[in-house]
Amino acid sequence: MNKVTGTPAFVTRNSFIELNARARARILFDEESWREMVGPFDRMESPWLPMQDVTPEADDGCIVIKGKIAGKPAVAIALEGAFQGGSLGEVSGAKMMAALDLAAKDSREGSITAAVLLLETGGVRLQEANLGLAAVAEVVSSLLALREYAPVVTVIAGTVGCFGGMSLAAGVSSYVIMTREGRLGLNGPEVIEQESGIEEFDSTDRAMIWSIHGGEQRVGMGLADVLAEDDAENIASAVREFVSAGKPAQYRSRKVALYRERIAALDISHQIDPLALRKEWGKDVSHGEKQ
Amino acid sequence: MSGNVGHRGRIWFQAMTGQGDPQAGDPGSVLAAAANVGGQTALFVCVIPNPQSRFPCVRDGQVGLEEAYSLASHIWETVKADWEKPQSQKRPIIAIVDVKSQAYGRREETAGIHFAAAVSSDAYASARMAHHPVIALVVGHAFSGGFLTHGYQANRILAFDDPGVVIHAMHKEAAARITRRSVADLEQLGHEIAPLSYDIHDFAKLGILHELLHVENPLEPTSADVATVSRAVVNAIDDARKGPTDLGVRFLSDAAKKSRKAGIEARALMEKQWSQA
Amino acid sequence: MEQIDFVYPTATRRISGRSHVGVVGSGDMEVLLEPSIQDGAQVHITTSVAGFRDTWKAVFDRFFSRFDGAVQIQVNDAGATPGTVLLRLEQAAEAIK
Repeated sequence: MNKVTGTPAFVTRNSFIELNARARARILFDEESWREMVGPFDRMESPWLPMQDVTPEADDGCIVIKGKIAGKPAVAIALEGAFQGGSLGEVSGAKMMAALDLAAKDSREGSITAAVLLLETGGVRLQEANLGLAAVAEVVSSLLALREYAPVVTVIAGTVGCFGGMSLAAGVSSYVIMTREGRLGLNGPEVIEQESGIEEFDSTDRAMIWSIHGGEQRVGMGLADVLAEDDAENIASAVREFVSAGKPAQYRSRKVALYRERIAALDISHQIDPLALRKEWGKDVSHGEKQ
Repeated sequence: MSGNVGHRGRIWFQAMTGQGDPQAGDPGSVLAAAANVGGQTALFVCVIPNPQSRFPCVRDGQVGLEEAYSLASHIWETVKADWEKPQSQKRPIIAIVDVKSQAYGRREETAGIHFAAAVSSDAYASARMAHHPVIALVVGHAFSGGFLTHGYQANRILAFDDPGVVIHAMHKEAAARITRRSVADLEQLGHEIAPLSYDIHDFAKLGILHELLHVENPLEPTSADVATVSRAVVNAIDDARKGPTDLGVRFLSDAAKKSRKAGIEARALMEKQWSQA
Repeated sequence: MEQIDFVYPTATRRISGRSHVGVVGSGDMEVLLEPSIQDGAQVHITTSVAGFRDTWKAVFDRFFSRFDGAVQIQVNDAGATPGTVLLRLEQAAEAIK
């Protein structure tokens, strides 16, 4: 018998965005299959933050969980957006790189191990500046090495979004899942306004920001693969599908000629209309919306 | 100092390759040429300022969309051409680096500059993993997303020992603003905390560089300067050919073991727990 | 930033298990609670907001008036209110029951 209730979907929904990084990572795994690696009780903290009068976090804002997703070996690496804006420092970067390298090693030895990156990050942690920037390059390199063997799935749910150096990690991922609340770009609105002026980018213009960086736009223009509703089971299910699917037939980040032509064809005598761009670039995109 | 950012790139590209004009099909901001170094042919690539660029936010030597995709296509062209060659004959790729930053523009964000930067990083890293020695020669500035897009995936990084050489995550004024410090405080802090420093000697303490090179005049290189740099590039190529194709080398020096101790410990613990899980 | 330490010698009940709750995000904190290797309980706080030692003391006195486990507690704080501090401590204690 059909159960009829008047409860709208958003009331019964179990929001993914409202979960912290650790809880987000845990719910992706098959029950009782997971174990956290280098957790808070190992106290691998940033040595640089206390020197600058900033309270560290016992996991350095990077949560690594190993286990099984859809029955397959996987590791989830989640950046905690609430701690220092999810920024990448020496320790969090080293944890991320090590997990990707170990997944690649297992994969090479026959146990294909997928990686899921839960990215809520402003990029490099400025208190660790050059070690953060180095870590971004190293993470991107390790991700590319793993991608040869196993799928790397990035989830950008919000609300911090994925900016700065870590947006490159999203760019080279095998698959990208976003919500409407997720944002993806190299430079955040405030940074662009500061560097190039308010005429270039008004960081208070929320509609413009979402039209450029928002999940709907990024999926629509083909720079991300799936637009998911903010629901934990829904996002976990999208992750399971990509982990099960294995490597994609072709990597987006290898379509150099296509994107070079697209950039050459842009009329940039004025600012680019995001909707028109979505229509143009998205016409051959076959993407799904997960409800 | 920042007035001549980008000019050193062109000067050293010309000094190393004898060429200085963009190739047909490339934007005016990208130089690419095959040239001899130590008896072998290498691909040299460089990003330079192009005041006439159709993209306003890259005119001072920033790395933008056209730059990233052009770099990637030159690198892939070399990788594909050498695909069947034995490892020892894969051509070296030399990134001459003098970049102010990535482009901070609305056009760039709208058209996905993060993805363009990713495409270029993919090309550099894939070349390295396909056994091409990838050498970054930092002759001036190497900032932030500009360096991530152009050079930071190299398996050996060389930099001039010169006050005009700066490798950093963010330029001083912005870093000061965001961390709520004065520029003077930031400079002072850099002397105490190496990863914050704008001084190339402090950067060298992180253990990421292969070698610091002394050149007499980085703006008007003498033939002796060019010979010194060529020798160092050749040594770096030989060293890269002998080593693994990942970036693990950046953690192996005594300097890295000291300044990246926390990261090295975190990695060791991850390896231990991983094998037990 | 300030470091603060307290001891509660009368909290002597042996416990097993450990728990971690919270995030070092603005207005919040993380608690690491685990069995103490000494007699009694020890508290170590790192807080981004200096000058509130008495407030911390009052909150921990209240917590240990109802909790007698011989625990070692580490707090990393980013400006949690006393109410949030107590809530996080209770969540951490609940998790080891």
